[in-house]
Amino acid sequence: MGAPMAADTFPRLLTGLAATRPNDTAMQEKRYGIWAPMSWSLYAARVRDFAHGLAELGIQRGDIVAVLGDNRPEWLIAELAAQSIGAAVVGIYPTSIGEELLHILTLARVKVVVAEDQEQVDKLIKLIEDERDGRRPTEYAAMPPLLLETVIFYDPHGLEQYDHDFLRDFTHVEQVGHAWGSTRAGWLDEQIAQGSAEDIAVICTTSGTTSRPKLAELSHSNLLAMADHLTTIDPIDAKDRYVSFLPFAWIGEQMLAVACGLSRGLTISFPEDSSTQKTDMREIGPDVMFSPPRIWESMLSEVQVRIDEAGWLKRKVFGWGYDIGDKVAERKIKGQSAGGLSVVHAIADQVALRPVRDQLGLARNGHAYTGGAPLGPDVFRFFHAIGVNLKQIYGQTEICGIAVVHRDDDIAFNTVGTPIAGTEIKIADNGEILLRSASVFRGYHRNPEATAEAVDPEGWLHTGDAGYLDDKGHLVVIDRQKDVLTTADGVRFSSAFIENKLKFSPYVEEAVTFPSDHGMTAIITIDPMTTGSWAEHERLSYTTYTDLAAKAEVQDLVSEEVNRSNEDLPDGIRVKRFVLLHKQFDPDDDEITRTRKVRRNVIADRYGLIIDALARGDERIGITTTVTYQDGSKVDRTIDLRIVDLTNYREPEGRGRRPVWSGRR
Amino acid sequence: MRTRAYEHTLNSSTVPAGRPALEIRDIELRFGGVVALHDVGFTVTQGHIHAVIGPNGAGKSSLLNCVSGLYHPQQGSITLHTGDGGTTHELTKLAPHKIARLGVARSFQNIELFSGLTVLENLMLGRHTHMSQSIAASLLWFGPAQRQEIAHRGLVEEVIDLLSLQAFRHKPVGSLAYGIQKRVELGRALTVQPALLLLDEPMAGMNSEEKEDMARYVLDVHELAGVTVILIEHDMAVVMDISDRVSVLDFGRLIADGTPDEVKANPAVIEAYLGAEDH
Repeated sequence: MGAPMAADTFPRLLTGLAATRPNDTAMQEKRYGIWAPMSWSLYAARVRDFAHGLAELGIQRGDIVAVLGDNRPEWLIAELAAQSIGAAVVGIYPTSIGEELLHILTLARVKVVVAEDQEQVDKLIKLIEDERDGRRPTEYAAMPPLLLETVIFYDPHGLEQYDHDFLRDFTHVEQVGHAWGSTRAGWLDEQIAQGSAEDIAVICTTSGTTSRPKLAELSHSNLLAMADHLTTIDPIDAKDRYVSFLPFAWIGEQMLAVACGLSRGLTISFPEDSSTQKTDMREIGPDVMFSPPRIWESMLSEVQVRIDEAGWLKRKVFGWGYDIGDKVAERKIKGQSAGGLSVVHAIADQVALRPVRDQLGLARNGHAYTGGAPLGPDVFRFFHAIGVNLKQIYGQTEICGIAVVHRDDDIAFNTVGTPIAGTEIKIADNGEILLRSASVFRGYHRNPEATAEAVDPEGWLHTGDAGYLDDKGHLVVIDRQKDVLTTADGVRFSSAFIENKLKFSPYVEEAVTFPSDHGMTAIITIDPMTTGSWAEHERLSYTTYTDLAAKAEVQDLVSEEVNRSNEDLPDGIRVKRFVLLHKQFDPDDDEITRTRKVRRNVIADRYGLIIDALARGDERIGITTTVTYQDGSKVDRTIDLRIVDLTNYREPEGRGRRPVWSGRR
Repeated sequence: MRTRAYEHTLNSSTVPAGRPALEIRDIELRFGGVVALHDVGFTVTQGHIHAVIGPNGAGKSSLLNCVSGLYHPQQGSITLHTGDGGTTHELTKLAPHKIARLGVARSFQNIELFSGLTVLENLMLGRHTHMSQSIAASLLWFGPAQRQEIAHRGLVEEVIDLLSLQAFRHKPVGSLAYGIQKRVELGRALTVQPALLLLDEPMAGMNSEEKEDMARYVLDVHELAGVTVILIEHDMAVVMDISDRVSVLDFGRLIADGTPDEVKANPAVIEAYLGAEDH
């Protein structure tokens, strides 16, 4: 493998795999409790039928087909089918609604959407009917017209009674395509042969922590160059298994499931349902995994909760094994051997660590990555201690998701590693990280101004992140450039760094910090799972999230956690006051992105009153929230929040330290 | 298997939609000197969700028990239509297991599942009336009994999918949350492939979110499978939202029968059930 790959396209790779390994499993989906496999030859055949079907519906070279749904084989069939006839695919997060959806569909001039089920179809029907009847909300009037002609669904449940003429069943499109193709022998092969590696393969929406999502165009050669560079560091081969559960609209999933998947012939597994993800993942035991910090953090919380529910013997054994694992990990990441500890470590691994990895579905895992947002160093360390080879990936959608990564024998918890092959890195005079490689994207769709801002004439991608290279050549990312703060004594620091320290507490789900005259202040949301289980343990009764967050005991608990994270911070950036918010951040309220990154500007705007009160040092703050129901009715609610002041905080006497892997002492 | 559509129909009735599915005429049910139902009669139309509402002790569950054969009314008739040929069955004198074989399935107000068995096992039990192997063949299991079990499992898995019970498939029912157990009850009734589904307060004791979920599932069952449903429910909002027709009982008497809007406007109903302060 190697050089010629980069000159290829995904449909040609699929044709190759269907010819060389026709009966191997390309993907498997758990349905009705059974893993149902699909071979490479069936995959290719379904792609052919669907590609013909799309052509019959009028899709042409250069068009863009949107896919709106959870991860299913049909998603990839639609993607490859579109690419086979020279069209591209844009993935939309299945949780997207209203404006976001309209923005993407109109900007990309989408004519055909492949949607999963009734829920998604209902959203699209509403858009189409509103457009037809001229009922588009005035604030979206500036968007181009909606050109949507056909909606194809693959889960027909509940759609039996729908008689809209623009609706098509996925299998019906395949049948029509099959018939259409049978009279045009060789047409599709010609189309596939005509495809150029420089064509747009995928359009990924940028996560848009700052504004409305932009559509980044990634070509076949962008993505395949990235796959080549990544797999030279961490080889992936046809025997490896991968579980696909993060949205295909996210670059990370396209990167592994599609780009690495097709170039290396991975087997992709789709869980039965989001609720069975964990058990399904454990059944498969993926060799490779790439997830944003959220997933790793929630795995840690799960371990913490379950260990705390276990008996004293299990706690002791795990505590002992964890300490040994931690020591060995410390040596390993510096490229040293376990030395004298290797025998003890082998025992600790068998009795304490491997069972935990197995529960998490990581027993077979060789390469695990985190990316998309910074992961707290302590979480990082936890996974290494239990023997998971977790590495940080740094990269934007605009560079196919990866530019910098840790190497197996050279991992530092506070860096993101060193550039992958073929990638140049440069720190601009203003401290901005610049990247250049063959994977730098083609540009933003229909937005040359933004493209010119992102990529300069010499091909450098301006990431907008501030960072520096340390003396070992590792890249250290501080934060988004505009979020970098400077203390009175001139030290550059990032609020994300403080927030990650706070989020390391099992009880803290999200934290957003703001500077004030007296030090940092924070808005904190609690993790309902861990805090709820703590409350049960403490025999504290509560009803809702809002009620739980308002409990004085919970505020004391979080005070202790905040105080602990303050200990490692210089005085100027310690959190002095905080508020436990009455609700979790919700992507439907724009407070976090679909990939669960906090939108600081939205938070700052929406909770301005709280932030001001925090800065002033008020004792309480009453806020009014407007709840909008689906039918459009609105209700105002006023909630009184307590501001917790830590200026004179003293930790209660005689409290022990809790270990990393537990919420209790 | 390319399509995601279900292979099995969950509705075993072949009565065309819009025709009567169940006719209740002049029911009188007494326990000693207590009159539980007096002169109650209405018609359930095929393809409808038909709600029966009323204050506590109005006789709602008693009526359902008459239909499923647990009680035998002293007077009146309950006629079940099966098949489009006009085949009818008189239910008032039949034993419960015979009525079940005619395709009348029910869920109970208090959960009546085997709490030590898993969700899957409970649902497979719902297929009991459709299984035909002898004890000897079932004990041997390999061969016909195994093939039969696999065929029935296919249908049960579709019910699991329909009601999103995948995550609980192998969990003992007793360990599950109340709302989930209620859903399993509904599932068990569905695996019978009913001609008529009787739901006795499927949303009792649920919080509003669970209620909303359950209402969604009842609607799904109705829309996807076309099953005719008789629903007893306390929550007026839910009833008015999802029912095609509503019958109101008060002290064992039928005081109103009509569409949700008609019933809402009926003064007798407002007084008896909704209370004056609400309207």
